[in-house]
Amino acid sequence: MTILAVGRPTRSDHDIASEARPETEGHGLVQDEPLTFELGGWDKTGVDLPEAELDASDLGDLVRAARIGLPGLSEPETLRHYVRLSQKNHAIDLAMYPLGSCTMKHNPRLNEKMARLPGFADIHPLQPQSTVQGALALMDELAHWLKTLTGMPAVALSPKAGAHGELCGLLTIRAALEARGDARRTVVAPVSAHGTNPATAAMAGYQVVEIAQTDDGRVDIADLAVKLGPDVAAVMVTNPNTCGLFERDVLEIARLTHAAGAFFYCDGANFNAIVGRVRPGDLGVDAMHINLHKTFSTPHGGGGPGAGPVVLSAALAPFAPAPWIVSGEDGLHLIERNEGEAAQAFGRLCAFHGQMGMYVRALTYMMSHGSDGLRQVAEDAVLAANYVKARLSGDLTAAFPDGPCMHEALFDDAWLEGTGISTLDVAKALIDEGFHPMTMYFPLVVHGAMLIEPTETEPKREIDRFCDALLRLAAAARAGDVARFKGAPFKAPLRRLDETAAARKPRLRWTA
Amino acid sequence: MRYLPLTPADRSEMLAVIGASSIDALFADVPAAARLAGPVDLPPHQGELEVERAMGRLAARNRPAGSGPFFCGAGAYRHHVPASVDHLIQRSEFLTSYTPYQPEIAQGTLQALFEFQTQVAALTGLPVANASLYDGSTGCAEAVMMAARVTKRSKAVLSGGLHPHYAEACWTLAHTAGVATQRLAAAVDAEAAVIDAIDADTACVVVQTPNVFGTVTDVFAIAEAAHAAGALLVVVTTEAVSFGLLKSPGEMGADIAVAEGQSIGNQLTFGGPYVGLFACREALTRQMPGRLCGETVDAEGKRGFVLTLSTREQHIRREKATSNICTNSGLCALAFTIHMTLLGEAGLRQLAKINHARARLLRDALAAIPGVEVLTPRFFNEFAVRLPRSATAVVNALAADGIIAGVPVARLDPHAGMDDVLLVCATETTAHVDITDFAEALTQELAQ
Repeated sequence: MTILAVGRPTRSDHDIASEARPETEGHGLVQDEPLTFELGGWDKTGVDLPEAELDASDLGDLVRAARIGLPGLSEPETLRHYVRLSQKNHAIDLAMYPLGSCTMKHNPRLNEKMARLPGFADIHPLQPQSTVQGALALMDELAHWLKTLTGMPAVALSPKAGAHGELCGLLTIRAALEARGDARRTVVAPVSAHGTNPATAAMAGYQVVEIAQTDDGRVDIADLAVKLGPDVAAVMVTNPNTCGLFERDVLEIARLTHAAGAFFYCDGANFNAIVGRVRPGDLGVDAMHINLHKTFSTPHGGGGPGAGPVVLSAALAPFAPAPWIVSGEDGLHLIERNEGEAAQAFGRLCAFHGQMGMYVRALTYMMSHGSDGLRQVAEDAVLAANYVKARLSGDLTAAFPDGPCMHEALFDDAWLEGTGISTLDVAKALIDEGFHPMTMYFPLVVHGAMLIEPTETEPKREIDRFCDALLRLAAAARAGDVARFKGAPFKAPLRRLDETAAARKPRLRWTA
Repeated sequence: MRYLPLTPADRSEMLAVIGASSIDALFADVPAAARLAGPVDLPPHQGELEVERAMGRLAARNRPAGSGPFFCGAGAYRHHVPASVDHLIQRSEFLTSYTPYQPEIAQGTLQALFEFQTQVAALTGLPVANASLYDGSTGCAEAVMMAARVTKRSKAVLSGGLHPHYAEACWTLAHTAGVATQRLAAAVDAEAAVIDAIDADTACVVVQTPNVFGTVTDVFAIAEAAHAAGALLVVVTTEAVSFGLLKSPGEMGADIAVAEGQSIGNQLTFGGPYVGLFACREALTRQMPGRLCGETVDAEGKRGFVLTLSTREQHIRREKATSNICTNSGLCALAFTIHMTLLGEAGLRQLAKINHARARLLRDALAAIPGVEVLTPRFFNEFAVRLPRSATAVVNALAADGIIAGVPVARLDPHAGMDDVLLVCATETTAHVDITDFAEALTQELAQ
């Protein structure tokens, strides 16, 4: 062993690489961590509460006698437990997270700070409206930004996520059709649509008919024309679509849709690609949800919460659900019920007024970027995706090689043919390279799809690192290094998880 | 622009690699008529300081609940959230991660969801809980649809004690699918009328306890009547802290339990985002909406967690899915889980007792005021009072004096014929002085 003059060893004389890894619980900074149910005690608590002044004897046998079964932990134990868990998560703040269709962009911390101002976080949805004028003004301002950016005259703010927004849009369309005595039963959507589109249409009481796709990844206009019968209530199209391509014939889609007496619903999940550069209102769109948690940077939080406001054309505006805001002599008013001026509205989607916490974050983001910055967002997002496509196309196979893509680059698995390696294997191998994998096996129209969305908040060197990693993997696949893929991930907190076993015999909660 | 890392030099280099002449060339597929020549008519970008000032001005025009005596409940509750909860949910790894589709690098989120599901199952007294829905009201609507699928029947009986917003959200989802919602007359003790409405076409009965008027009911007899008729019982709870004191839905025979989880770990935030709790009997698992987290092992046999039974969900089943839900309330569920872990059973029971005790002090103070009648016979932390005049007018008058007196029933349901009824709530955040200030102000207001 080499010893420094001060007596501190500096390096091992052993050949470290040849030594077997010791059997330990966890490794390096990643600790093995049991469930709280295996750590805590029934009497332990991490809060100090005063004694209750009264007992609950007045409730008699309504009182819960049996043990609930909830362990408690002190504050230091709770911190350590959840910090340890957190270190097993990939995150945008850690490295690129190029999940196509999900828009994993940077989440500004100013948004978080603003959402926590007591004036927003500590107000009750049913306190007198005179005491929440700032909240109503914020909702009004958010509505103004969304309407201006989309070129649409109205917006329903309350949907709680993208799929909820789709439901809101289709129910609005349904109400508008019913009002003109023209109940229709069908919604048409491309085969490449997000799963939420057909699921939402079914929930809204519609049959779903699929439209074919052309060889260049767009809606087949001829097929659409055939399927646009008098029973079609709405055409649901994602634009830019789930292949990451702009629907070149969007104006014709709108024209055909309207000529058939139907409404044009646009899935706005990919609005990030065009924000500030293209207004859906100029494309003939009647309704479009906006995922505030995608385009407008509210955090995904491991699966939510989101928010899915829906912008609406003039024809649909009267049928939007309450609540909305009107201006009166004594300030702003929240219209909460389908009466009077809201008599045509289709109903209530949820309790209260939607996702205020997300409204604050989204408006903070919009004001930070401004009209110029938002336009730059779309440009940089599209530039980054095309750069990824250009850098990888020699080694991977682009699903639609001709022409530019929008905010995401789509590859198929033709480049893996004959290697015995699948898209799933590539995704798991990317984990060992330090990246979150791209979206895999979506859209369904492309075999072994790999959908890469870098977003505008990735620095060029990170995009290059990601491309370099994929190119290394492509070389390894060509060289027949199958083990590197099939065994992956090797360096994650856990090795590949058995999802089949989980579904075969579900264990959905801890039991002693 | 501080959120955009690409420099002009980066952009030029990237365009060169792409082989494009300009950014505009990348937008060539957009019809020329729809390409905006310049920025839309909105203000330009601003620095943090400027945005913070503008948002601060808006926030300052609202009266936070913590700034004075405050008695609103009715589906959203002001509780103290420990500082460590908010710290933990703001960790980058939780805040800035996506739905855990790659489980090997999402064990933090997944294990927390597994803990969440176990906690919700314990609280509701039912064996299976999902990984959250948007909120209690949408969960309630999903429960009605699930019951219709399970029983293949097309009517839901909604108790007159169900929160009106919940009943309306149920109607919205149900009527489009051809499921009728029979909403019974609003009444403080409405649950008694539910059994008579059950018939051979009833898919489910939806009862809330404590109900929107605060009334606590043992719904065991309703469960028996529903089951005898082949219907399911859905029990709704809007105040999750009540699980620490009252019999659980499962103990009383519920098939599906739905709750608003906001009270644990989450702020009021003007109504959202909140977190829907959803639990059911084991036999109904494959008809549940939303994500489920399950236990499994990795290639080396180590325990791990994954999203499972996804053949129920939209990304696999498309139009045949049990629900269209995708994004749910992950981070709110995490806040719930952490707060519940800090509380533990002992803390939750103590917290529930304090809430009940504070509400009884409030009841005693208001009942002593001439003209005020307490209507709710048995309650947890909120109850209804009849005033000698319009509750809305009284609330507005007291708001001018800095007291947020509660929620008029007329705001939730103007057709209930209860314009003089006010819903009031007390929690551990309600100080004794708040109660005496409120009672004094109400006494003076009613004496005028």
